[in-house]
Amino acid sequence: MGAIAKTRIVGAPVPRKEGVDKLLGRARYVDDIEREGMIYGATVRSTIPRGLIRTIHFDPGIDWEAFTVVSAADIPGKNHIQLIFADQPCLADGVVNHCDEAVLLLAHADKCSLRAAVEAVRIEYEPLPAVLSIEESEKQEVTVWGADNVLKQFLLEKGDVDSVWASAAHIVEGEYRTGAQEHLYIENNGVIAEWSAEAGVTVWGSLQCPYYVHKSLLAVFDLPEDKVRVVQTETGGAFGGKEDYPSTLAAHAALLAKKSGRVVKMVYDRMEDLAATTKRHPSRIRHRTALDVNGKLLAMDIDVATDGGAYSTLSSTVLSRATLHSPGPYVCPNVRVRSHAWATNTVPYGAFRGFGAPQAVFAIERHMDEIAAAICMDPVELRRRNFLHDGDTTATEQVMREPVILDQLLDRALRESDYYAKREQFALRNQSAAVKRGMGIAAFYHGSGFTGSGERYLNSLAGIDVIPEGKVRVLVANTEFGQGTNTILAQICAEAIGLDYGDVIMAPVDTDVVPNSGPTVASRTSMVVGRLIERAGAQLVTMLREHAGLGEQFSREEFFAACERYRAAQGEVKSMCRYEAPPNVFWDDQKYRGEAYPAYAWSIQVAQVAVDTVTYSAELEEFWSVQEVGRVLNPVLAGGQIEGGIAQGIGYALYEKVVLKNGHMANNQMTNYIMPTAEDVPPIHVYFEEIPFQYGGYGAKGIGELPHDGPAPAILNAIRNATGVGFSAIPLLPEDLFVQLAAREQAVEAAVL
Amino acid sequence: MRGNPNAHELIAPGTLPAVLELLANAPGEWTPIAGGTELMVAHAAGRLSMSKLVSLWGIPDLRFIRMSGDGIAIGGGATFRDLRGHAGVAEHLPLLAKAASWIGSIANQSRATIGGNLVNGSPAADSSPALLVYDAEVELVSVRGTRRIPYSEFHTGYKSNAMSADEVLLAVHIPLRFAQHRQYLRKVGTRRAMAISKVALAGSALIEGGVISEIRIAAASLAAFPARLYQTEAALLGKPIVSGTNERAREALLREAKPIDDIRSNAEYRRRVAANLLHEFLSSLHAEVEPS
Amino acid sequence: MSAQTPAIRFTVNGESRTVQVAPMKRLLDVLREDLRLTGTKEGCGEGECGSCSVRMNGELVNSCLVPALQAEGAEIQTVEGLGTRGALHPLQQAFLDCGGAQCGICTPGMLMAATQLLSIKPQPTMAEIREGLAGNLCRCTGFTRIFESVIAAAARAGDPSSQQAAHAR
Repeated sequence: MGAIAKTRIVGAPVPRKEGVDKLLGRARYVDDIEREGMIYGATVRSTIPRGLIRTIHFDPGIDWEAFTVVSAADIPGKNHIQLIFADQPCLADGVVNHCDEAVLLLAHADKCSLRAAVEAVRIEYEPLPAVLSIEESEKQEVTVWGADNVLKQFLLEKGDVDSVWASAAHIVEGEYRTGAQEHLYIENNGVIAEWSAEAGVTVWGSLQCPYYVHKSLLAVFDLPEDKVRVVQTETGGAFGGKEDYPSTLAAHAALLAKKSGRVVKMVYDRMEDLAATTKRHPSRIRHRTALDVNGKLLAMDIDVATDGGAYSTLSSTVLSRATLHSPGPYVCPNVRVRSHAWATNTVPYGAFRGFGAPQAVFAIERHMDEIAAAICMDPVELRRRNFLHDGDTTATEQVMREPVILDQLLDRALRESDYYAKREQFALRNQSAAVKRGMGIAAFYHGSGFTGSGERYLNSLAGIDVIPEGKVRVLVANTEFGQGTNTILAQICAEAIGLDYGDVIMAPVDTDVVPNSGPTVASRTSMVVGRLIERAGAQLVTMLREHAGLGEQFSREEFFAACERYRAAQGEVKSMCRYEAPPNVFWDDQKYRGEAYPAYAWSIQVAQVAVDTVTYSAELEEFWSVQEVGRVLNPVLAGGQIEGGIAQGIGYALYEKVVLKNGHMANNQMTNYIMPTAEDVPPIHVYFEEIPFQYGGYGAKGIGELPHDGPAPAILNAIRNATGVGFSAIPLLPEDLFVQLAAREQAVEAAVL
Repeated sequence: MRGNPNAHELIAPGTLPAVLELLANAPGEWTPIAGGTELMVAHAAGRLSMSKLVSLWGIPDLRFIRMSGDGIAIGGGATFRDLRGHAGVAEHLPLLAKAASWIGSIANQSRATIGGNLVNGSPAADSSPALLVYDAEVELVSVRGTRRIPYSEFHTGYKSNAMSADEVLLAVHIPLRFAQHRQYLRKVGTRRAMAISKVALAGSALIEGGVISEIRIAAASLAAFPARLYQTEAALLGKPIVSGTNERAREALLREAKPIDDIRSNAEYRRRVAANLLHEFLSSLHAEVEPS
Repeated sequence: MSAQTPAIRFTVNGESRTVQVAPMKRLLDVLREDLRLTGTKEGCGEGECGSCSVRMNGELVNSCLVPALQAEGAEIQTVEGLGTRGALHPLQQAFLDCGGAQCGICTPGMLMAATQLLSIKPQPTMAEIREGLAGNLCRCTGFTRIFESVIAAAARAGDPSSQQAAHAR
């Protein structure tokens, strides 16, 4: 650990790189793009959760000759979307396994005719029994995936959990449930595709991971790597919802482009995007915890179950992160986590900011408050007694070699929120107030980057080049979708070389132009890719000093002059770096042991809640978030990430419910999938601590997902403090509060009478 | 966008007489569209069944708010922004001003009209409970002339009303006689803004000598259409303001309310919260001073 | 010209435009498709997200809910009429300085709503800002920095002490 390096550009609130275009309305999102002769594509989707396709009727009232119609039979390569496993078909072939599964694709030049045609296709099914919940899947009476409905399972063990129960002073059990959550990016999924025999497939789209799409298209079209090109268009929000889904949409648009010979645009409307694309995995997590007489954790026995939907997609990696985050930021000598991702006949669940951690953190942080209540201890004190510190080991036997400052973060959070004074005040006032107030906290970490050997496997390549026009270009496949990728990588590049922020531009995210620097997920961009760009910058300066006469000190003019000398001799001015794993990061995938993540970001969040006993609604009044993130590369962007993540976490806790009827999202409109508005998000206070991580870009660790992990448990803990009732499932709507609070009121009334 | 613009005719004759003539000549064929905040949503969802639409937007004969000595007349084409901006409404009809601020968002308020809100007839209509406790009358106009009916008789069933096929809602008339009434309106939605009402309760009570001499209680989402709660009123009329009165009124409301389960909420929650809202209103009547 | 596609004339960003479209075509689609003004976005098509907000005759409207025929004779302002690359509107500059735009898709509508708000309330309170923007959904920022941007723009335009007044809740 070192002191924070003195920097000019990194750490400064420089303006967003592509900000002016966005503010002028000139940024071009996929639906803003028109191409010559472009036609439109649409999807015919299943209306039942599981069944065999018997017949497909095409209403004779439509002139089908005027349409391009694509089915599974038209797929030149493999009918699957290549992700981790290859079980998800690109188009359903004879069988459907979830509502809204894509069966046919249609294309036409006129959007209205297209719409009518979609309505004019009628599919006859032979329904099969469908599994629609974790419980139904666990019963294994109906097998809908593999041999046993288990998409993935893990067993994590430390010590001997079962040796402790008999002698423990306290044993506390609890079950916690989280619902599905929709990303609700304001820009729906969309792609434009083109096919030619010479160039192969080209797609432009709203996406996070161009090389994921590239890989999927290779399989679907059976093409070599240089015959598939993927270009990211300006992306209006993603949050994980455009990590894997675009591979499917790109394949669909490209299949229509190939068959029609035209450029095809497919942009979903809100109803389709809500119903048919990925969401956060629902979960059910059970805790059984043993403590000694002083409230120190002795054993944690944890059962994690997620609902993965009909195909595996990313369920194994989400389950992995949920497993690794389930014990919380605490020391415990004996831990067992048994986790399963269960298949159901619902739309496959996928990546969403946090990726299993929000589910896991909800459970452990709610459980800590239930433990505190059960053993009559202050929930803050309970946490303090069990926090990880430097040198402690986690449930995977990872030694905390980087500093862990949870105590410090907690002290600051309590101070800034005036936690204890408010708790006391509220306790008095609540006795007679119709609106009951409470304070709640959550303590958590978020592992930065891919789990274990993930980054080694990705083997990312990134770098920079210099163009004759006198600009340095950052060459990465990492995408901007609001979180600030363009800005922070340009800052790092400029800093590392010694130029100004304005001297650096981002190369278009086009697989023909940029290397595979890995996906833009897992909060890895600042840490992993940032570090690659930092190294590439330093490497370029060394190259120019050694081969082009660049001096020890140099001006901008001298730098670019040296670049031109280098170009004259070498042909191009390019500096590329390959990922290097930090030392001492070893992960055993079989035993599920070792360094689960190279670095952790840490956070304490505090919620102040008001529960209105007239309407049974809980509202967040104020929120504080303290986090240690390595290095704040840009305070405006970093603050924005925390605030935005918290807002989504608030929605996760109190507003956002996916209502499924027979496996189909019944509330697939913005009028009834409720996210918080400008009137619902309270004042949010954000405080950063920085302990630079040596192997991150200028010391940065990940921050994008961290803030979404804490709000739900902090809010429900505050509701427990306010009402005395512990709620264990989210989203917690007034109708749910009503059930328990009204029952209590009636009991009180009855007692009085 | 699932609607087909080419499948619908939309004309804008521009004057009220021209619109009425059209409706009279082809009864049931033309559907009036004002600000479009309901019909255009259906259009985008591919669910706009009417093929012929006649625009009421911008017709001056429909967009007015007029105060006279004993009442306020609000044109059917008045937008909720018009209502919010009118000093007379703010002063004399505070519940209506409040309701107007709850419609959708600022952008929706610029276009949504009071006529549209009533004719659309959602059980959750935001302006309805206030209009009911204010004894509003609706004035309907056709080529045959005008007629007035109490707003409480306007809705006849779920999304059906007392209008004939050739009529347009010309105005809503509200008497100015509530200055001494204690007034209450609260909406319970899914969030603080842009929320369709799960339940809403309006109340207006005149207290004379410690007794409720006049009472109106109206609700949204407790029946097939926004309606007065007559049995609840009966339990309050002529009664003193004491807790026993509150109890009996509460019991009456719990029996009278007929909410349903739907995608937004459930019957039991609606019923119970409505009872709590009533309690909140009646408790405020006990206070010596106007609650702040 | 036919009855089915009447000529509809209106002003956009000060320029007179005439289109010949089905009267029930949405103003949003007229702007984006017929006039190629793609700054105004579609996020939901239901009047819930506000990313299609424009100013019409001095009022904020959701253009996805306005049939083209009802825009006849209207004066419309879209984000393209707000500022230019060389001369950003103060709100645009404030959003840039304060981080009011992240992914940018809600930004044009948000700017329209903020412009409308400041035209009526040049020094809005926080409550007025929240209400003025409640019809514009942002999924990225949590609104915090959007509020700061509006406060900053208002402060620059008027009384410096406005910054304190607006911060009081």
